[in-house]
Amino acid sequence: MAKAKEVLLDPLVNNNPIAVQVLGVCSALAVTTKLETAVVMSIALTAVVALSNVSVSLIRERIPPSIRIIVQLTIIASLVIVTDQVLKAFVFEVSKQLSVFVGLIITNCIVMGRAEAFAMQNPPKEAFIDGIGNGLGYSLILIGVGFFRELFGSGKVFGAEILPLTSAGGWYTPNGLMVLSPAAFFLIGIAIWIMRSMRPELVEEN
Amino acid sequence: MIEHYLSLLAKAVFVENMALAFFLGMCSFLAVSKKVDTAVGLGAAVVFVLTVTCPLNNLLYTFVLKEGALSPGLDLSFLTFLSFIGTIAAAVQIVEMALEKYAPALHGQLGVFLPLIAVNCAILGSSLFMVERDYNFGESAVFGFGSGLGFALAIVALAAIREKMHYSDVPPGLRGLGITFIVTGLMAIGFMAFGGIQL
Repeated sequence: MAKAKEVLLDPLVNNNPIAVQVLGVCSALAVTTKLETAVVMSIALTAVVALSNVSVSLIRERIPPSIRIIVQLTIIASLVIVTDQVLKAFVFEVSKQLSVFVGLIITNCIVMGRAEAFAMQNPPKEAFIDGIGNGLGYSLILIGVGFFRELFGSGKVFGAEILPLTSAGGWYTPNGLMVLSPAAFFLIGIAIWIMRSMRPELVEEN
Repeated sequence: MIEHYLSLLAKAVFVENMALAFFLGMCSFLAVSKKVDTAVGLGAAVVFVLTVTCPLNNLLYTFVLKEGALSPGLDLSFLTFLSFIGTIAAAVQIVEMALEKYAPALHGQLGVFLPLIAVNCAILGSSLFMVERDYNFGESAVFGFGSGLGFALAIVALAAIREKMHYSDVPPGLRGLGITFIVTGLMAIGFMAFGGIQL
């Protein structure tokens, strides 16, 4: 039980997939202009990582080592197709905004990385918990960045007004930079800075 | 006609830069940008593979997957992801074997980067963009080449900046990855200057 807890909580901060392992950064930057898309993307990715971990782990003893990458890719791609269809069916508007980034979960290194590094060696139950843990670690950063970008970029959270804009008679002038791509890089850079200042053992040598 | 292709090329290289405007291929962008030499190698490999796979996927989509392409009423577009990633993996394999046989010197230089590219999201991303924007065969070839060139340009520039940064005094928590993100952000602002250009 203690091990399961460790497997689940370790990727949240100590081994965060984005801030520490630098995996899956692409989508983390692109879908975070609004909190809503960030949340949907987080859920989609967590589901894919957890399920792909389970599937790979179930057949791990039957996959010939020489073709394992292709096998993993096929499993992941099939799961992403299912996720994409589900998103299109239930949250069509959001899936339009996510555009190609749902498909890009296939090449998201977190999914491949966990399948290769964890699911190939561990039984399905632990692999599932590991997938959820890594998905949550990814979601943590994604939702954090999405929250700040939407709040300061358009004064809203989940589309509801928090800071009244000057254009609508309020007092807040939105920071236009926040909705543009560079802001995502800055925010993640700062998030990494904060995480590493709290845990000096993560600091890289120059 | 030529102008149309030229403007598409310029747009793919500068305005809609794969790495800096769409954040595609970030994993290798951040991981392989420590030295200019290796960055040039990866950049060349990406240009090469993108120029091959983008038109290939276009053909696959137009003649097999598109609704009604294979037989009337048959819509295979839900297989897009699976077949694109298959094409890319196969194309990378073929390119690698061909290079090994006919251009061993180039193969030696690109070496380890070629297999890595199969899972680079810039490759799959531009194929998906090509479908979303409804490019035809010629346009998709130009778009593939252009977005590869844009990625190569960005990664070589970042690698050059990171080499210079060895001499700077960066705060401990920002060292390595953190400062790379900030620098990339600043580069993205620079590339936004191309944004308003009409060709």
